[in-house]
Amino acid sequence: MAQTLYDKLMGQHVVREQDGATLIYIDRQLIHEVTSPQAFEGLTMSGRKPWRNKANLAVPDHNVPTTERSNGVSSIIDPVSRLQVETLDKNCETFEINEIQMNDIRQGIVHVIGPEQGATLPGMSIVCGDSHTTTHGALGALAFGIGTSEVEHVLATGCLWQSKAKNLKIEVNGNLGKYISAKDIALYVIGEIGTAGATGYAIEFCGTAIENMSIEGRMTLCNMSIEAGAKVGMVAVDDKTIEYVKGRPFSPTEENWDLAVAYWETLHSDEGANFDETILIDASLIKPQVTWGTSPEMVVDINGSTPDPEKEDDPVKAESIRNALNYIHLQPNTSMSSVAIDKVFIGSCTNSRIEDLRSAAAVAKGKKIANSIKLALVVPGSGLVKQQAEAEGLDQIFTDAGFEWREPGCSMCLAMNADRLEVGERCASTSNRNFEGRQGQGSFTHLVSPAIAAASAIAGHISGV
Amino acid sequence: MPLDRANIDTDAIIPKQFLKSIKRSGFGPNLFDEWRYLDHGEVGMDNSKRPINPDFVLNDPKYKGAQILLTRRNFGCGSSREHAPWALEDFGFRAIIAPSFADIFYNNCFKNGILPIVLSSEIVDALFGYQGEIVINLEEQTVKTEDNIYNFEVDAERKRRLINGLDDIGLTLQYEDQIRSFEAEHLKKYPWL
Ligand code: SF4
Repeated sequence: MAQTLYDKLMGQHVVREQDGATLIYIDRQLIHEVTSPQAFEGLTMSGRKPWRNKANLAVPDHNVPTTERSNGVSSIIDPVSRLQVETLDKNCETFEINEIQMNDIRQGIVHVIGPEQGATLPGMSIVCGDSHTTTHGALGALAFGIGTSEVEHVLATGCLWQSKAKNLKIEVNGNLGKYISAKDIALYVIGEIGTAGATGYAIEFCGTAIENMSIEGRMTLCNMSIEAGAKVGMVAVDDKTIEYVKGRPFSPTEENWDLAVAYWETLHSDEGANFDETILIDASLIKPQVTWGTSPEMVVDINGSTPDPEKEDDPVKAESIRNALNYIHLQPNTSMSSVAIDKVFIGSCTNSRIEDLRSAAAVAKGKKIANSIKLALVVPGSGLVKQQAEAEGLDQIFTDAGFEWREPGCSMCLAMNADRLEVGERCASTSNRNFEGRQGQGSFTHLVSPAIAAASAIAGHISGV
Repeated sequence: MPLDRANIDTDAIIPKQFLKSIKRSGFGPNLFDEWRYLDHGEVGMDNSKRPINPDFVLNDPKYKGAQILLTRRNFGCGSSREHAPWALEDFGFRAIIAPSFADIFYNNCFKNGILPIVLSSEIVDALFGYQGEIVINLEEQTVKTEDNIYNFEVDAERKRRLINGLDDIGLTLQYEDQIRSFEAEHLKKYPWL
């Protein structure tokens, strides 16, 4: 029978089926410092050991400082953050798990370094105690986020119980306009289907716009599948995927490489495979997107305005519009491009790869950020992205324009380290979540692409390029 | 306890400054921290001395000791972290009723002894309008009010584990041999793993 990519990937990992649940084998677990301590604590308490050490790769990212940190873990000022990073180091040593430590050049956001190191490969089942694990689906992997007790379960058993998701095809055809990126597609889709629009589904992105998209762009798109509520977001393997994976530290070599490629080439949905739902999107209609509210689905074209709750018929929706506008301190029918901002953040597992930085740098080149901008941060996704960007002179473009060029980590995406917004501050951010208080208590987030973030920094308000 | 808001996300359930703990208990006093207190909460504060928001339902003496949380669609969206169910559980909630839940949160509930119940928006509306006590019977899969009985769905295996309080890992390791033999085949087929 013709199978979807998701069905194939699931099928290849089934250990056992029972009462509607499926026990699947996990090829790779990525670990970071926030969701793992309680899992390791659980292992210790029950006297268990990791099932297969080689399946795991750990890296600290959420809490690491993005400023000077050559003194290693002791450069983390906040004692609680430091304790988490130290705990990860200690647990990896005790349980003999491969860890890329804070000051290693390969360190970075877990979802950036997985693919970068070849620790994410097509066809793998991949989990991580972080919802943006969907990112790795861009390489034709089955990848999803899990909670801490599942982290412990995978550590101890090498497996995970899953229920099967339904299949959703999102086909994006046509050409994207200039300065319009995967981020805009992601926000546009979420705006169309809502943050629960894909709940219970595995999304496969396809169509000519996806075929033409770089692997980095596909990662951005799959990364934000979770914001649409999806279990996973995936793109079929093609030549670009194989080219991307080639020669990375954890990638197969020699005869294993040929074997792997032969297998990877089968990783696409079969002709005539059945999808439970299909959504068609015309890429040429997508404008740059910006969120106006406190959920990623509260999004409009950059030329658009905030909605008017009085015009909304559904009382629950009208109430959420009111709550969101109230929180974010914007009036109904405000033109988004008139919204002044205080800070700009370019980074996060959504938009901190080399292509994102290139796109922002192209906009910032030769310009200066507005005087009213208190801080404009560029935080590369990994040490290797940073190195590459510096080799291309992007750091110079950013610093000349008045941006700060930082060390890799999650940074202001969730403000667990020192990078955060103060109460009442407004930010144009390339991250993925605009929930209340996400970037600092009482702060306001507007999600945008790297190009728009850079343009907004220069203009001092939300702005197109 | 009725919490009449849609799309309550995990950052609202437990603000992230509390996620830095390396333990899994003690999050209850900071559940819905930003809505519940008038000041800004930080780790290590004495929560009993903080000014509470009298308008927030969690502080309404009428609902003291409530074990069921009634709320709106897409509850628990946001992060995959389990601090949200830990905080709900630590506070004393045993079940949550909503028209829909975010996937990861839904799964995390079962792992932490909380029963998430999906009922239609109409029934949830009716429950918001209802004043008396609500009783949940997991065995029978029912939600009872004085005048009505509503049935809900729950996966049979999850129900069994919840009722018996079984450890997931121990249960899975019953199939250790099967996992080993699958693994041997799998690694032979895909030797680069
Ligand atoms: S960058 Fe943000 S969304 Fe991504 S893993 Fe880090 S905290 Fe999570």
